[in-house]
Amino acid sequence: MEKSEKMDEYRGNPLMQLLQTKREKLISVFFTAGFPELESTGEVLSLLEKYGADFVEIGIPYSDPLADGPVIQQTSQTALANGMSIDTLFNQLDSLHGKVNIPMILMGYLNPVLQYGVEKFCARAASAGVSGVILPDLPPDEYKETYGEIFRKHGLHFIFLVTPTTPPERIYLADSLSTAFIYAVGSSSITGGGKSGIYSTDFLQRLKEMKLSNMHIAGFGIKDRESVRLAWEYSSGAIIGTAFMKKLIESGDPQKATGQLMNDLFG
Amino acid sequence: MTKKEKTEINPDNRGFYGQYGGSYIPELLWANVEELRTRYSPIMSEKSYTDELDRLLRDYAGRPTPLYHAANLSRKTGAKIYLKREDLCHTGSHKLNNVLGQALLAVKMGKKQIIAETGAGQHGVATATVCALMNLPCTIFMGEKDTLRQKLNVTRMEMLGATVVPVSSGSKTLKDATNEAIRHWINNPDDTYYLIGSTIGPHPYPDIVTKLQSVISRETITQLREKEGRDEPDHVLACVGGGSNAAGAFFGFIGNGITRLTGAEAAGEGADSKKTAASINKGSMGIIHGSKTMLLQNKDGQVTETHSISAGLDYPGIGPLHAWLSKEGLAQYLPVSDEEAIEAAFDLTETEGIIPALESAHAVALLDKIDFKPGAVIVICLSGRGDKDMETYSNYFEGRSRGILPADNHQAT
Ligand SMILES: Cc1ncc(COP(=O)(O)O)c(C=O)c1O
Repeated sequence: MEKSEKMDEYRGNPLMQLLQTKREKLISVFFTAGFPELESTGEVLSLLEKYGADFVEIGIPYSDPLADGPVIQQTSQTALANGMSIDTLFNQLDSLHGKVNIPMILMGYLNPVLQYGVEKFCARAASAGVSGVILPDLPPDEYKETYGEIFRKHGLHFIFLVTPTTPPERIYLADSLSTAFIYAVGSSSITGGGKSGIYSTDFLQRLKEMKLSNMHIAGFGIKDRESVRLAWEYSSGAIIGTAFMKKLIESGDPQKATGQLMNDLFG
Repeated sequence: MTKKEKTEINPDNRGFYGQYGGSYIPELLWANVEELRTRYSPIMSEKSYTDELDRLLRDYAGRPTPLYHAANLSRKTGAKIYLKREDLCHTGSHKLNNVLGQALLAVKMGKKQIIAETGAGQHGVATATVCALMNLPCTIFMGEKDTLRQKLNVTRMEMLGATVVPVSSGSKTLKDATNEAIRHWINNPDDTYYLIGSTIGPHPYPDIVTKLQSVISRETITQLREKEGRDEPDHVLACVGGGSNAAGAFFGFIGNGITRLTGAEAAGEGADSKKTAASINKGSMGIIHGSKTMLLQNKDGQVTETHSISAGLDYPGIGPLHAWLSKEGLAQYLPVSDEEAIEAAFDLTETEGIIPALESAHAVALLDKIDFKPGAVIVICLSGRGDKDMETYSNYFEGRSRGILPADNHQAT
């Protein structure tokens, strides 16, 4: 019964439409808004669409990204120095309306969103064509009691993270609150990979066996053909972040970086 | 001052003091914090834990620290001033109280390695010290800027066997060292204990550190009873970085209806300048290091760079307990500038022969800022000693003796 209610609210949501037709071998790419240049957002989005990403995660840069490794720290710091802010990002997305069709998720830390105002954030995100939001430091119980209603009202998916150390009852909680999919962090590490850089297929297999109501998509530490293959085998898709940002830092050229990434993964 | 029922101050079950606190952490950190949250209270109330901690505080740290009647300073100010001598604690500051308690907790939890952040280096030194004592491997994260301005403490930590990791991200100070320690903890969840140095971070850290530092006010009460025949001073003054020495110094007096509690925030070059660290006076509600509290941030919710001459107070947030005490009117927080702190340090040195840490000098400077009745009993938490700050002091001292200080110039003209 819950499911059909969800469907109603998210009718017309681009991510929902995607996930209704494609339930495996998904590819999503993360990039930091405002990197390498303040105005790169449109170009990067078009390139990712052109090169065949199924959906994107747009990172809202934050001064203190606790869950991020050096690469995303660096892109965030540059993006902030370039002048990126939530308002600027929404203005950019507004102006891209109709020109870019790839489903978009915003990913950021809670504090900038709180300062912006959650209601205003959701309203503007929805009107800019955003499909969903990930805020890794918003606790599930607070989401449920305070914010869930607002995201739902604006037809925005909310996606929770689970990790190999998340106990089963909490995975079920994340599943019950997430719409669209749950984000399976394959390794206990910050973005860019920790000690091993290898993520746990055991964990992804475990999620599969839990018969969750959402599909799970794997992210963190995915960087090459082999890791994409494993992510696809044990989950519905792969999310690539640091590997792309590394290329973008190295070349400074979104066209080149996107081409190289897709070549590394699928060429 | 608001009169409150005299009960112990505890956060609610989600770690909130009123609307401040909580646990705003990425899921990657959740299991680590949850393990701590479920285990700290039972372990810390075990008799074997409290006995061992009491023994270490007494024989190793040198507690109780004296409550010293500063007669010269009292004469000068017209108040009856007592200094709670945390500077006489082993390693030179109150930080050891917290480290001993958390290190014992870590061992009881079966953890094999300790990590910590440090600003002035006092928490790092205390942690490295206890790790040497307990034979635990120890890694200290320290902002690159702080490794330069607190060099002596880097050498101490290294001599004690700790690995000091200079942090070059962000503003290269305490907040970035804390980020890096948390990231390291995410990457090493199983056997690592994150030994946080102040009343900051996600629940249960503010509560753990507050309880461990509350020994300061517990001793003060006993000592004051002996010296003054009363349990409640008229005032307690303490400096506030993350807020641990202030939390400990205030704890036994919160809401007693008699004692006025005042915290000194680092105003840097002035609370109204851009170069400040006065979170309560100049900040707004936000989230830092997993805690909802008063925070120096820009309109976009980005944490701003702070400034204080004292590395230990150079932090954009403040423990949630203090944000709540301030909001409830149970304590007040006043800004003290770099200049005022240094002047207070020289004053204390000249009148009492005690060279305080720059942090603690901020608390001493409050004597010029608060209203008190003649003869009022004032307890100042002297959180640490000044050895680590000798370079700053000597630069100032040389400047002063050559008459090139702005303050002296004013007098000359
Ligand atoms: C001597 C001394 N006092 C005070 C502080 C500030 O910390 P807190 O506010 O947690 O007491 C420090 C921190 O390094 C310190 O070294």
